[in-house]
Amino acid sequence: MAFFFEVLITGLMVGIMYSLIALGFALIFKASDVFNMAQGAMSLFAGLALVGFLHQYMHLPLWLALLCTVGVMTIWAYVIVFVVLKPLVNRPPLMLFMATFGVMYLMEGIGQSIYGTQAKGLNIGIPDNSFEVAGIFMSSFDLFFAGVAAVLVAGLIWFFQKTRNGRALRAVSDDHEAALSVGIPLLKAWYLTWIIAGIVATVAGVAWGTRLGVQFSLSYIAFKALPVLIIGGLDSIPGANRPLFQALRSVRKRDS
Amino acid sequence: MATKEEPLLKVNNIEVIYEHVILVLKGVSLNVYEGQIASLLGANGAGKSTTLKAISNLVKAERGEVTKGTVEFDGKRVDRLFAPALVKMGVIQIMEGRHTFEHLTVEDDLLTGAYTRGRDKKGTKEALEKVYTYFPRLKERRNAKTGYISGGEMQMCAIGRGLMAKPRIMLLDEPSMGLAPLLVEEIFEIIVKLNKEEKVGMLLAEQNAAMALEYAEYGYVMENGRVVLDGDAETLSDNADVKEFYLGLTAVGKKSYRDVKHYHRRKRWLA
Repeated sequence: MAFFFEVLITGLMVGIMYSLIALGFALIFKASDVFNMAQGAMSLFAGLALVGFLHQYMHLPLWLALLCTVGVMTIWAYVIVFVVLKPLVNRPPLMLFMATFGVMYLMEGIGQSIYGTQAKGLNIGIPDNSFEVAGIFMSSFDLFFAGVAAVLVAGLIWFFQKTRNGRALRAVSDDHEAALSVGIPLLKAWYLTWIIAGIVATVAGVAWGTRLGVQFSLSYIAFKALPVLIIGGLDSIPGANRPLFQALRSVRKRDS
Repeated sequence: MATKEEPLLKVNNIEVIYEHVILVLKGVSLNVYEGQIASLLGANGAGKSTTLKAISNLVKAERGEVTKGTVEFDGKRVDRLFAPALVKMGVIQIMEGRHTFEHLTVEDDLLTGAYTRGRDKKGTKEALEKVYTYFPRLKERRNAKTGYISGGEMQMCAIGRGLMAKPRIMLLDEPSMGLAPLLVEEIFEIIVKLNKEEKVGMLLAEQNAAMALEYAEYGYVMENGRVVLDGDAETLSDNADVKEFYLGLTAVGKKSYRDVKHYHRRKRWLA
């Protein structure tokens, strides 16, 4: 029985790591009806940028490096919305979807040219000790990111439910034209969404990068988060954080 | 109307083209004066919605463009402005088909209407109270998702949302669509009340010509992307063509369906 709970808890932790990525998908899908293929690439690029600021090119303190990484993701958000998506407003969603493919390759390519192709270690000083609670082994690293994910989701829910801009973003996701008719500028709303998605991608990039090393397969780990999306709902922010399915998945995997 | 003052909204011979090829409006001119209710009549596809969207500049969101003519609001040319900028100036379109945000509660939906007010919390709260006094039904349903309220309540929500943005003129697109006659009357009563008490000018696109001419002061009749006839509401109601084609009346009174076969009257404005 203890083994069952141990696997369950570990599964939940891994699920939370996936849900960090799923959150980014859900955000963008909600605001613009686009399935963002570049979500994984965004996490990758954020990871690469952080390594660049922290170890590779500069040796900034962690908080500054994180801030700079978020800055880089904001620039990406601007480029994606105002250069790539702007000409495609009011085109079928499929076109925007294809455009995000392009963004994915662009991010991977630029990432490779700047930071090189080899896998890089990322150490942000979170200890990865395992300890035992009531006969169940847990990792402090997993717990830390579970906490970060919880804070992030709570923050996003608060933002979307209670603030004026959050309300505007929800309005945009329901009906673009009606949102425009009440005076909500569509592109500005999208820009805000992509910035938030960039921040979420940064957190996911840091979590996965620290665990696996920052490498190009990060770009595809995103697609393993798809089951979370299907179960939790493609347009649901609380839903994206339902890691139970992932937990069950890992239980089954280890039993067989 | 024999007003000498400058109109609040002045549409001057505009032409609208969708997707660079589809010519929808072929020279539409109309005026709405401060605090007036004007109505835009016409059948399906006459160009009423497009006219309203050309004014509020939502045509751009549908890949349309005002290619000729000008739209002036309050003495300033606005046809090149971005739609949210017009909302800020007080030109608010209530779109056809009750576009509420279905996942938002009624109250949140109304609050999105105050987006252009910025961080003015006090003003927003007062505006919300005002909307609730005009539409007590909305107050009862404030925590319901707008996807689950009735059609009439949705229309009220859409109008209320427009009211949140300090409108000077509202462009109402078919507020009567799909509503029971009693509700239509209720909605029109509120429109008139808003016009009287809040001094909001109204431009009303309607297929329900009888209703629109009853409540409006002035009317424009549109057909095939042109204004073919305009005049005071009474003059229009007395016009033989309007009676025949829009009100369903003939010189002898109500039209009998037996006569439909012998339908030979030509519209005199289409020479």
